[in-house]
Amino acid sequence: MTIHRRGLLAGAAATTLPFATLRAQQANMLRLGVLTDMSGPYRDPTGPGSAICTQQAVMEFASRLGIQAEVIQADHQNRPDVGSNIARQWYDQGVDVIVDVPTSSVALAISQIAREKNKLFLNSGAATSDLTGPACSPNTVHWTYDTYMLAKGTGAALTRAGGDSWFFITADYAFGHALQRDTSSFVEQGGGRVLGAARYPFPQTTDFSSYLVQAQASRAKVLGLANAGTDTANCIKQAREFGLTRNMRIAGLLMSFMEVHSLGLDTAQGLLLTEPFYWDLNDRTRAFSQRVQPRMPNRAMPAQVQAGCYGATVHYLKAAGAMGAAAAKADARAVVERMKSMETDDDAFGTGRIRPDGRKIHPTYLFQVKTPRESRGTWDYYNIAATNPAEEAFRPMAEGNCPLVRG
Amino acid sequence: MDEIFGIPAPLLFGQLLLGLINGAFYALLSLGLAVIFGMLNVINFTHGAQFMLGAFVAWAMLNFLGLGYWWALLLAPIVVGLFGVLLERTMISKLYKLDHLYGLLLTFGVGLIIEGLVRNEFGSSGLPYRIPPELSGAWDLGFMFMPVYRGWVVIVALVACIATWLVIERTRIGSYLRAATENPALVQAFGINVPRMMTLTYGAGVALAAFAGVLAAPIYSVNPQMGSNLIIIVFAVVVIGGMGSILGSVLTGFGLGIVEGLTKVFYPEASATVIFVVMAIVLLLRPAGLFGRA
Repeated sequence: MTIHRRGLLAGAAATTLPFATLRAQQANMLRLGVLTDMSGPYRDPTGPGSAICTQQAVMEFASRLGIQAEVIQADHQNRPDVGSNIARQWYDQGVDVIVDVPTSSVALAISQIAREKNKLFLNSGAATSDLTGPACSPNTVHWTYDTYMLAKGTGAALTRAGGDSWFFITADYAFGHALQRDTSSFVEQGGGRVLGAARYPFPQTTDFSSYLVQAQASRAKVLGLANAGTDTANCIKQAREFGLTRNMRIAGLLMSFMEVHSLGLDTAQGLLLTEPFYWDLNDRTRAFSQRVQPRMPNRAMPAQVQAGCYGATVHYLKAAGAMGAAAAKADARAVVERMKSMETDDDAFGTGRIRPDGRKIHPTYLFQVKTPRESRGTWDYYNIAATNPAEEAFRPMAEGNCPLVRG
Repeated sequence: MDEIFGIPAPLLFGQLLLGLINGAFYALLSLGLAVIFGMLNVINFTHGAQFMLGAFVAWAMLNFLGLGYWWALLLAPIVVGLFGVLLERTMISKLYKLDHLYGLLLTFGVGLIIEGLVRNEFGSSGLPYRIPPELSGAWDLGFMFMPVYRGWVVIVALVACIATWLVIERTRIGSYLRAATENPALVQAFGINVPRMMTLTYGAGVALAAFAGVLAAPIYSVNPQMGSNLIIIVFAVVVIGGMGSILGSVLTGFGLGIVEGLTKVFYPEASATVIFVVMAIVLLLRPAGLFGRA
């Protein structure tokens, strides 16, 4: 018998929360709903921080652009059914944009709903590259990362650097499979070989020692972790315990800053990972991060997905401001067109653009985690190992099979 | 190199050993559950949260009081155990006369609340906790690389299991406990304070969960959901071993750890399900569990 404890509360949360937080309708008020993981494993790198960064964008830009906007939030509990219910209610009750939505299965469902109702979906937290591939939509913009970009950023770079044999530990569901598949193809393109993979049941696994010993026995040079969140943290902690780091390099394929923070530099030092945002990249990212930090949970620096919510919202507000709030509310597809035609420019990601398939492109960075001695304090975690220019970092549009850009 | 079923023998030995180590955690956790169910007839769904609290208390002791692993191993079970005593006195004791279901719902709810509060305070991604320097490092066994800390876990878990069994089966207090389970009114008539014994038993069961939590802190990510991932498997262990049977849950814990370990080599995708397959088969053939009394 499996009782999903959060499931017991799902009904209540899904029906009451959105009603309670929606205020009386005001014409021409833009409404942004941050729908994210407030209570589960992805809460720290997304969650309340995503809502705060979205609010930050509204605070900084709405009045400057002469528009009014408000931000509401809800918890999708990483369940497509809960997320879809909230999304439908929000869109029907006058929410114009849904922001964030980590967890690929939930994001794919909401992209479909936004298209049906001609509303806008700014995704930051989900990883599936299908959002701008076969499932692309004229109503969806995918901002921060995707499985292709993560696989290329870390997989190709490590293979080039001599890590030409790989073993994967993979979460046994769509996301893990996609990440392993995409990374494998870059490894093989680079002349490397994949020696094996262990797929473990998600999310019931806490002990990875068995898979780590299998990885060690394969004599591969690189251990690829095709998983996320606390699973990745557990793998790395136990890999160090079992001495894998002596003769293998570990590649966290979807890792962020928050996992590094939770592991501590003692354990995480030397890891390689790819992200498009780090608070300490340049003057603009530092300025942005210092503006939001005082309001973040536990006074954390913003993580990539949270910064993505900021960047996407800033660009949306600029497009809506240029069109006028009434026109922006009337036709979301037109807003997305406008967003695609304007260059993006925000403190978190600098300048960039949104491609016709909905993919936001920007440079990505291969980071190496600092040693405790190199770090100057809490949050000082990364050295830049390599930079991927925007045009090369993401999947070429022609290879994505997005129906919007065919022919 | 010798192969068994297509798997190199050294790899297989390694996996057996790892299975045994995981079994140690299952045994330790199911032991606490079995003690509580055997004596109090309460299905303690808060067990996962109490395991997690053990790890968090260890973290807090290190970061706020500067008390390291060894102090945590001693003090965290006492702190969490006292919390268990409070819970039993104020809430669980009111439910003894009602159906099992009420106890289950109450403990389930309390577990959810604890998990939620910890998540609000510390976030979801976990906290760092290191292996104590005395136990870091590893032995090279030839067929695999064996961290010293894992060996320590197996030894400590075995000692704790044997000690608990001895207390309940071989001491005077244990005999009072067993008698009070059979017939509380009679035992009370002999002048023994049965409610207090129940309270202490619950506290001890909770302390065992916290003890396992401290043992787990250096090797698993210390996060609010660390207990809920493990607890469903541990419940299966208790059911297979026979609800309330102490020896049963210990032996089943170690045994299932090994079964799970082997599954991870031959077909990793099924490693989470194999325990429930075993559970279904055992329940069909022996509804009271392997070591239970019908």
